[in-house]
Amino acid sequence: MLSKETADRIRESAARYPSKQSAILPALWAVQHEQGYVTQEAMGEIAQHLGLPASLIEATSSFYSMFLTRPEGRHEVVICVNAPCMLRGADEMTAHIERRLGVRDGQTTPDGAITWHSTIECLGGCGGAPMMQVDHRFEEDLTYEKVDAIFERLRSAPAPHEMGQPHKALAVPPVKGEKARSGAEGARPRGRKTQQ
Amino acid sequence: MGLKPILTKDFGVENLAQLSVYEHTGGYTGFKKALGMQPDALVDLVKASGLRGRGGAGFPTGNKWSFLPKGMYPRYLVCNADESEPGCFKDRYLIETSPHQVLEGVMIAAYAIGSNLAFIYIRGEYLPQYEALEGAIDEARKAGYLGKNVLGKGYDLDVILHRGAGAYICGEETALLTSLEGYRGEPRLKPPFPAIKGLYGKPTVVNNVETVSNLPHIILNGAEWFSAMGTPTGKGTRVWCISGHVNKPGNYELENGTPIRELIEVHGGGVWKNRKLKAFQPGGASMMVLLPEHLDVALDFDAIAKAGSMAGAGAMVVMDETTCMVDAARRYVKFFQHESCGKCTPCREGTFWMANIFDTFEGGTAKGTDIDLLLDVGYNIDGRSFCPLGDASTWFPRSVIKYFRDEFEQHVAEKGCPFKKVPEEAVA
Repeated sequence: MLSKETADRIRESAARYPSKQSAILPALWAVQHEQGYVTQEAMGEIAQHLGLPASLIEATSSFYSMFLTRPEGRHEVVICVNAPCMLRGADEMTAHIERRLGVRDGQTTPDGAITWHSTIECLGGCGGAPMMQVDHRFEEDLTYEKVDAIFERLRSAPAPHEMGQPHKALAVPPVKGEKARSGAEGARPRGRKTQQ
Repeated sequence: MGLKPILTKDFGVENLAQLSVYEHTGGYTGFKKALGMQPDALVDLVKASGLRGRGGAGFPTGNKWSFLPKGMYPRYLVCNADESEPGCFKDRYLIETSPHQVLEGVMIAAYAIGSNLAFIYIRGEYLPQYEALEGAIDEARKAGYLGKNVLGKGYDLDVILHRGAGAYICGEETALLTSLEGYRGEPRLKPPFPAIKGLYGKPTVVNNVETVSNLPHIILNGAEWFSAMGTPTGKGTRVWCISGHVNKPGNYELENGTPIRELIEVHGGGVWKNRKLKAFQPGGASMMVLLPEHLDVALDFDAIAKAGSMAGAGAMVVMDETTCMVDAARRYVKFFQHESCGKCTPCREGTFWMANIFDTFEGGTAKGTDIDLLLDVGYNIDGRSFCPLGDASTWFPRSVIKYFRDEFEQHVAEKGCPFKKVPEEAVA
């Protein structure tokens, strides 16, 4: 059963669009933020709130790769292995991640902390390659040491959807001395300057 | 020529993402000026400026606007922030550093075409950038830039920020609109073009993030100012993303017409580790490879097209002498295979087979005849696919076969990849 907050959010977004079907993606996101993944039951609830057939919700959601259909680790680590990242050592970094976490691409660590996978879909971090996303936050200019430190933090950090305001919350506390990279301030990663 | 910060001129200012700071740098004065003008005059101004779309196709923005049928309402402005081209990260940079500049551009475009509801479709992976835009929209609404009777000028405008969920194809404008309507993100047949029948079947304009970010500056400084920059057919500047084997990867805003050499050797800091340049790609994953002999070609839609490639989304991927071109092409083909929406057969099946054949080259089981087989499969995809995704999947691999056929032959002869990787060294 979806929380009242999520249900309200779904109905509110349906009211904003000229067509309520446009609210399917926002609704799926709201569900995933609350529960961590999207079940068939949840899609049934979305259908009820939007007044659309459940098959339509499933047809749409199955097209998009970012909606999870089963529970995964508390944190999601995705490393890009497309060509621009490959050129800067993404394969070696991927091998390191596999060694360090001890589980294969697509699997979850035994303690349930981290699910990792490599992706051929460019994540828009070519300028900081090799790079990965941790719970959809950019981690760039990776080194083995940096990756190890990130994993260390993730082992004890709660999942983003378990933290008060789901998608406003920063999943991982920032490293000491490094500014938080949340939306409005300091979102610019280093090395991305246009001119020096 | 060279660095010419227009869009990025204030990007060194701290907290530019905040409304008060953005306003302090002159933000929203372009929108205010636009609100005092007739929409038609704005369309003419942008036409006269010569601004061409920065999303990849390079279509003149003012012309796109003028295709909307007269008297048909409602009409929609959609900003394409679904940047997903491998090698491209400029829209991300523009959004996260100055979300209000993007928003101001969206407002100007919406006013110019007579739209009261605009959308920004941002890719799902860009969560921090989504939040930056969300914050900007909230601030703008509170300050009266959005809502009913904007700034007391009698114009109503709302902007909806829509988050995608992992589909490269949704960067194609008709697939984007289908996705925005809540369906699977598959492209539609053109014509009818979105200008006639777009979002919800209504007249719609789709403009890229960098395109709309140019608008406040064009409105403030005029068409002549803008068209004085760049080349005869490529006015203004572009934000170039440079990545791969260079010392200083990143975003650099350069005047159109600047030589490729300057981008790679000066701004990009040259090829890393004192190695030699082998090849580069001027427009992201889709675009054909170019060689060191093309270094003096200008960064310009037409000049790059003349050299046999395309400027595309403005993503320069640089490859040094140690690069396995077969493996680079293999990654891109796998990318297109992964991102093919499955709607049409040439793309769905063709990218699958190309990826399989590429795997045999790296795996050591390829035969000499497989090189021509790749070309044959590519020939049967290109021009026979429903949308440009299929066509584009063949351009880089075919150009690599053209220039580096010997590397494919080497893979066959040595039964595997001749470029031995040195793990420790490869990670800088």
